[in-house]
Amino acid sequence: MALALQTFATVKDANAALKAQGTRYLGGGTLVVRAANEGDVSVSGLIRSTEPSLSTIAVAGGKARVGASVTMAAIAGHPELGTLAKAARAVGGPAIRNMATVGGNLFAPAPYGDFAVALLALDATVGTDGGETPIETFLANRDGSRAVVTSVSFTLPKADSFRFLKVSRVKPKGVSVLSIAGALELSSDGTVTSARIALGCMADRPMRARAAEKALIGRKLTADGIAPALAAAGDGTSPITDPIASAWYRAEVLPVHLGRLLLA
Amino acid sequence: MELRKNYFADVRKDDLNEIGQPRPRSDSPGHVTGKTAFFADRNFPGILHLKMVRSPHHHARIRSIDTSEAEKHPGVVKILTAKDVPHNVYTILILIQVGPEDETVLADGKVRWKGEAVVAVLAETERAAQEAAAKVKVDYEVLPAVFDMEEALKPGAPLVNEYHGQNYYLYDSGECRKVRFGDVEAGFAGADHILEESYQSSPIEHAPTETTGCVVAPEGNDRFTCYTNTQAMFFTLDNTSIILQMPGSKLHFVGGTVGGGFGGKVDVIVEPIAILGAKLTGRPVCFIYSREEEMQISSPRAAEKVVIKDGVMKDGRIVARKVTGYTDAGAYSRHSPYGAQKGAGHYPGPYTIPNVWIDTYCVYTNRTPSSAMRGFGVTIGDFALEVQMDKLARLIGMDPLEFRFINAYRDGDMKAHRQPTEGAALIECMQEASRAANWPVAEKYMAMSSYVKGA
Amino acid sequence: MAKVPVQFTLNGSEKAEFIDSGTTLLQALRDKIGDTSPKGGCHQGTCGACSVIIDGELRLSCLTLAETCDGAVISTTSGLSESGVLHPLQRAFLDTFATQCGFCTPGMIMAAKVLLDHTPNPSRDEVVEALSGNICRCTGYEPIIQAVLTAARANSQNAA
Ligand SMILES: Cc1cc2nc3c(=O)[nH]c(=O)nc-3n(C[C@H](O)[C@H](O)[C@H](O)COP(=O)(O)OP(=O)(O)OC[C@H]3O[C@@H](n4cnc5c(N)ncnc54)[C@H](O)[C@@H]3O)c2cc1C
Ligand code: FES
Ligand code: FES
Repeated sequence: MALALQTFATVKDANAALKAQGTRYLGGGTLVVRAANEGDVSVSGLIRSTEPSLSTIAVAGGKARVGASVTMAAIAGHPELGTLAKAARAVGGPAIRNMATVGGNLFAPAPYGDFAVALLALDATVGTDGGETPIETFLANRDGSRAVVTSVSFTLPKADSFRFLKVSRVKPKGVSVLSIAGALELSSDGTVTSARIALGCMADRPMRARAAEKALIGRKLTADGIAPALAAAGDGTSPITDPIASAWYRAEVLPVHLGRLLLA
Repeated sequence: MELRKNYFADVRKDDLNEIGQPRPRSDSPGHVTGKTAFFADRNFPGILHLKMVRSPHHHARIRSIDTSEAEKHPGVVKILTAKDVPHNVYTILILIQVGPEDETVLADGKVRWKGEAVVAVLAETERAAQEAAAKVKVDYEVLPAVFDMEEALKPGAPLVNEYHGQNYYLYDSGECRKVRFGDVEAGFAGADHILEESYQSSPIEHAPTETTGCVVAPEGNDRFTCYTNTQAMFFTLDNTSIILQMPGSKLHFVGGTVGGGFGGKVDVIVEPIAILGAKLTGRPVCFIYSREEEMQISSPRAAEKVVIKDGVMKDGRIVARKVTGYTDAGAYSRHSPYGAQKGAGHYPGPYTIPNVWIDTYCVYTNRTPSSAMRGFGVTIGDFALEVQMDKLARLIGMDPLEFRFINAYRDGDMKAHRQPTEGAALIECMQEASRAANWPVAEKYMAMSSYVKGA
Repeated sequence: MAKVPVQFTLNGSEKAEFIDSGTTLLQALRDKIGDTSPKGGCHQGTCGACSVIIDGELRLSCLTLAETCDGAVISTTSGLSESGVLHPLQRAFLDTFATQCGFCTPGMIMAAKVLLDHTPNPSRDEVVEALSGNICRCTGYEPIIQAVLTAARANSQNAA
């Protein structure tokens, strides 16, 4: 069966069309069209929706709602999403960023999904017509997810509480060896009061580094202070092996890069 | 650009009009305007797309091939297997009498590397060809495979290629190419120091930006025009003529515009089967490697292993050098027997050494067949030789550049393979490098010349 | 196979085609319209040889479905040298030997053009960033970076 595209004005109609066998939602197409070009014949119908809310960014009251069709370039250039610009610019080269959407990034298998790592550290929620789902739950169940993602929403981090690091071999554009995002809150004396750390490439999809997070609470961001967190960084990870790096290498360098992120 | 005229001033003519002058490239205007016609820029109405079903195993016997379902797939026009190829077993260098024929155009009874072509599917669209290819059923009996050259040379190793009968190329000189010069054992016996080291490399893919491929159009009079990005136009034409048992006059090859080759487009891989498809269907055919095929299927530079044993004197003279080189051809010869032979000629490097012993082996393994790439047979050897030179200099406590001046070949020096040196310029290159890198050497070396009057 | 109509402006002229649904813009431009200046080097988004400019943004035509470009304004390298006069970028690519095999060149020129359209006097780093999605296996990039910087200088001199 040849590949065919169907476009719907509403998300509702797109959702109905996605019930058919062999269909897949089309975001920017950087993964799904690529797969078809490479001979993946499992998808025969692409579905998309042009509902305007999918392409809007709304920031109000310290919260952001980003439509699923918003591209990495649009995020990187948005004046109120400055804290996330670094994570958005970490995705691909300029042309990819003009195409790659937020919605698609949630489904991107490792080594991709750098922006989703940032969203996981922000504890975002993922919106569908069925309601909002915490991103961690969404990521865990994404393989079976058929509904159109309409948006991601999150509380905007304060500039100094959010950190993002992508490690790649080729600069300025390269596929991740790993990526790390951290949302940290510190008390006035510099003690960590809350920490969310998300890792990319340390499993087939973005994951939280819970043990490291726990080990940071009550500690200061000094070499000694973060040592227990670094020691626990690899807990529960199962890094991928691909042409960029082996699982062994990723596991070895994770604490080094987490250390750099925390001490930066 | 600066042309240094102080070198060889007394032996060089200075009435050069072109050398040293920048000249525009004749092909650039086409490149920058997008008008250059690469092979894939030719399109013909009714063109068929060829997709290859490839071996998922490194080494396996083919029990059976079932194309019945694929043939029924909508859009499929023709499916080709080994029996459709008039002269299915070939080898590229047979044109220069480097046999035996050892490679199948489409696998017949056996596959010897993961990715080997087994069945060709021709369909109206690329998608239909892909879908049908997925429906071809091949029943394999997996055989033990060997991936390491030294393992392959051991007795009892799985036999990779029956057309050779052993896991190395049999030269007229025997199991390897040999160079014997002076008495290497006597040289070692008289040396102040001996250093033996081994060096090895992995296969390297050329990764040209344009993938390998061709577009074939039947001309209607039993002649076929093949637009191709081969780097070896006449090798390809002549081998196609043998494989298809068609006189060369029926084959019209158009090429010369190559979107990056680096040696990776010298094998005769896509053209014969695409022309066969055009012949049997009467339709234009394109066979263009996907990026994945380019990376995984097209031949890489061979993996090599080089063992170098040197005898050196405290004063810096290398008095004996023994080199054993191994070239991993993968499952088929392609250009590797020639690459290994080039290695034999190239050692012992650009140095004059009185006692030399060289053995270079072309070894078969169940890896992707390797072939040409920028100085194949030489480049990896140079890496090994020059690292060895640094180690030798360190061993005797000498400056590594001065050490090379002492051993550099000059006009008239006899090379190990019995060709007297002519037109050498190594000394001058090193003098220039010494200046450019601000790495001074003793004045006597700066006063040397490669040019020896009367040599 | 379902044919769908698609209309867009290509290098200033209106195009209206019936294409097979699911056709990429790269296929539509090359096979239907006959503009072969965008090249297919990977069909994976990794090489940039197929780069075109859609509504002022750099895009990869190999990953863009033609249907999604209905109403769009598209530019390719073949449209740059109107009436035979080379665009400053084309001139600079010639002069700095920024093209060898030429396969990456049309895509490189597109990436460079978008950069100069938005940033007429880019820094070297900005040039490197702008070209980072385009692979050249021949030149080693340096002549290409120089070409873009040269073209930017030529533009600003013309403007002055
Ligand atoms: C050359 C190249 C480089 C890349 N580099 C990076 C990188 O550095 N970092 C990185 O993170 N990624 C990278 N990617 C991967 C990819 O571009 C991004 O992950 C991108 O965000 C995917 O989004 P998309 O809109 O293109 O997804 P698509 O290809 O459109 O879709 C991907 C998957 O998500 C599903 N999907 C998309 N949107 C929705 C939605 N709204 N609702 C439900 N399902 C949806 C699709 O059905 C499909 O299964 C790269 C890709 C390429 C080709
Ligand atoms: S062909 Fe589109 S990026 Fe390579
Ligand atoms: S000039 Fe050949 S790829 Fe760039």
